[in-house]
Amino acid sequence: MEREQLIRTMESILGTEGVVHEREQLRSYECDGLMNYRVVPDLVVLPETAEHVQRIVRTCYEEGIPFVARGSGTGLSGGALPVESGLLIVMSRMRKILEVDIPNQRIVVEPGVINVWVSQEVADEGYYYAPDPASQVVSSIGGNLAENSGGVHCLKYGFTTNHVMGAEVVLADGSVVHIGGGKAPDAPGYELLGSFVGSEGTLGIATKITLRLSRKPESVRTLLAAFEDTEEAGGAVSGIIGGGIVPAAIEMMDALCIEAVETAVHPGFPQAGAILIVELDGPEAEVAKQFDQVIEVCEENNASEIRIAEDDAERALFWKGRKAAFAAMGRIANDYYVQDSVVPRTELGNVLKRISELGKEYEMRVANVFHAGDGNLHPLVLYDNDNPGEAEKAEELAGEIVLACLEHGGSLTGEHGIGVDKKKFMPKMFTDDDMNTMQLLRCAFDPHGLSNPGKIFPTPRLCGERPGPFHMHPIQQAGLAENF
Amino acid sequence: MDTRTENVSLEDLQKIVGEEHAREATDEDAVDGVMPQFVAEPGSVEETSELMKLANDGGLTVAPRGSGTKMGLGNPPRDLDLIVSTVRMNEIIEHVPGDQVVRVQAGVRLDDLQVQLATEDQMLAVEPPERGAGATIGGIVAANSSGPLRYRYGTIRDLIIGITVVLPDGTIAKAGGKVVKNVAGYDLGKLFTGSLGTLGIIATCNFRLHPRPEAGQTVAVELGDTLSAGQAAQAMVHAQLVASAVELHWSEDHKLLTVLIEGIPPGVEDQVETASYLLKGFGDVRTLSDEEVKYLGPLDPPRVGDEDVAIKIAHPPVELTGVLDSILGATERRGVTPRITGHAGTGITYVALSGGDEIARVQAVDELREIWVRRGGSVVVQKAPVQAKKMLEAWGPAGDYLGLTRRMKDKFDPRGILNPGRFVGGI
Repeated sequence: MEREQLIRTMESILGTEGVVHEREQLRSYECDGLMNYRVVPDLVVLPETAEHVQRIVRTCYEEGIPFVARGSGTGLSGGALPVESGLLIVMSRMRKILEVDIPNQRIVVEPGVINVWVSQEVADEGYYYAPDPASQVVSSIGGNLAENSGGVHCLKYGFTTNHVMGAEVVLADGSVVHIGGGKAPDAPGYELLGSFVGSEGTLGIATKITLRLSRKPESVRTLLAAFEDTEEAGGAVSGIIGGGIVPAAIEMMDALCIEAVETAVHPGFPQAGAILIVELDGPEAEVAKQFDQVIEVCEENNASEIRIAEDDAERALFWKGRKAAFAAMGRIANDYYVQDSVVPRTELGNVLKRISELGKEYEMRVANVFHAGDGNLHPLVLYDNDNPGEAEKAEELAGEIVLACLEHGGSLTGEHGIGVDKKKFMPKMFTDDDMNTMQLLRCAFDPHGLSNPGKIFPTPRLCGERPGPFHMHPIQQAGLAENF
Repeated sequence: MDTRTENVSLEDLQKIVGEEHAREATDEDAVDGVMPQFVAEPGSVEETSELMKLANDGGLTVAPRGSGTKMGLGNPPRDLDLIVSTVRMNEIIEHVPGDQVVRVQAGVRLDDLQVQLATEDQMLAVEPPERGAGATIGGIVAANSSGPLRYRYGTIRDLIIGITVVLPDGTIAKAGGKVVKNVAGYDLGKLFTGSLGTLGIIATCNFRLHPRPEAGQTVAVELGDTLSAGQAAQAMVHAQLVASAVELHWSEDHKLLTVLIEGIPPGVEDQVETASYLLKGFGDVRTLSDEEVKYLGPLDPPRVGDEDVAIKIAHPPVELTGVLDSILGATERRGVTPRITGHAGTGITYVALSGGDEIARVQAVDELREIWVRRGGSVVVQKAPVQAKKMLEAWGPAGDYLGLTRRMKDKFDPRGILNPGRFVGGI
């Protein structure tokens, strides 16, 4: 189908206001939160209903046009990077909260609904939505679903996948399936929902999502502890977890990160080699006793200062400092490159040491801010794009850090996803057999590989389908895949 | 003899797993009355792979088996030549207490694993009903077995963080890893959870662990009628309690809602007090003694006699009263006796149907299924005599995802050798 004809077809489905085709306008969709990769999409469409999505995707299927769904575009691995000669389907006009069902602790939303809206919607009822990625004031539920987003509180409460109970999904052939039980648990059949969540948009587009709501805890207590270095802070983390406590959150920042945050948002953090923010929540008596235990452990590990949040405002200030960490890097460096690797908690010390060595080797600064409780690191490699060659060097150093994490039994990514950014590292973590087996799942959901092609896997697997409505495989045509 | 099994001899199997680990099947190996030819017990992932390749090339149909505690789940197999038993793959590969993570082979028994984990005050937070009978990790994952603790910790799909599987063509593939937080690649661990051995054989699993609670008490309220059962459950669900389980017992002798509170002592005492206060509007409340907890605490599904039909109704939790009324209605009219327990907080109700004739029991299931599927739930047969199974589809209707489910099966098991017929939609 010619581009002009495709525009007309899309306009007939969405009206002229639902189709973006001017070159200049298209450019604003060329990347997501990861700005080192840019592709201008051929066409951007903005559906308002599930039926729109279905008709758009059906057209793509019939014409063999690859498509990429995008939520708020905050992803940090290029998961919503457009494909050339492809359609970008932007879900931001599907923003209705469809049903609030407090008795069953469920809420049904459209994918464009912003994460934090969900908690706001049910706050008066004493409920909230647990997954809280740092991007939660901007990022959409659909995007969270695609990436299986985490957040600072997932150590205790789990990730998006533990809180999504059902989804209506438009598959790549334009058909609609309802997966997961929704309000009732244990739908018979394969765990299709668990397979779909975190598939980075490669298995279809969710158009309606049922989430689990959680009851607000009776008591929340938060402290901030300063240490001489990350090793001592790490000792406190081990002491807390080893004591049988499951904190709601336990976050670490190193000196460089503290400096940046202090300059940017002035939370009044102490000058220290490392800071821990520890939050406990739950029944009051339990929290009170365990909070004392946490203070004790921090003291045993030579905390130079312990601040206890006296009220919600002070707690909010602690978290403001933490959640601003990425943005604050702009105050101490022009550019940064962030990784998202995970290491077993017991390897944290070794890996931090290795990162520091690598930083010295490359003569580059690396700031560390991370979810210490689950070993999810966010090393930020600082550089200046104006200095020739520095960006490449930063990326190389970040790559070395990822490999160090893998060597210590970790994972490439804890919550940002593989996207385009980390797919080259997939063979370091998985064998060809592993990846080909994973892609059987893709073959069942999207045999022609039209939904967000070129993501996650370095070499897409073709599924041995008979030629469908089109002959040449589009991702093959685009040089993104070879035939098996 | 079956023509397929002419392609493969006992000696072929023994060559792979050793002479003493492959044998002719006996009556006890039958699955819903279908007799396999052979039983093989591989001792490693590699042996499992070789066995599968042999079976796949020879066109042998295969049923994976752990301790065999859930072989009654699903439809009777269309065909069965070979049972691949994981019992010899029973190694706890790695337990790192500081990481709260464990890696195990599929044949490890849950009870054995818990003993090992308890030495470090940790546990795998799942207690399926078959644990005492020797249920293995692989079987629990494959059948997505769960128990009362799912109220607090979720089901095994929420605890599994990595998996190694063997596909019918012998491919050994892994996904996930040994860190709790991990979004690299597709989540095959979840896909295989509840797949009932129809996609591949689960060889090893990695799980996240939880600290063992220091203390626990169970609060119970006597229920007068089905309405108070539903209301009491809702009162618990919406309180700021952190209960480990909210359970229903409904029999001639006992009509109780029990709430398991666990944690550290001061918290438990406090919460027991709150729970008792909230429940006293629904009936007499007491804290169960240790002795009583054994039979009135969080309970397993009711025991099932040979002639009984056992079902699991999954429903929106708020519908508990309606579920109970529908069970009582569907059984009373037919002279069938129901025995009911359930995870009242999560919307799972188990019923064992006895008495009346077989047709009556089957009709009662049909009636319940008609009601609860229409209202967004499901009714799955957990166990039934083969005759009853012929009249009842074990899983009930699948939704609009059945086509996708079939495609998934075709991709993983193109020759259809794994557990043919036992799964949803005759897969």
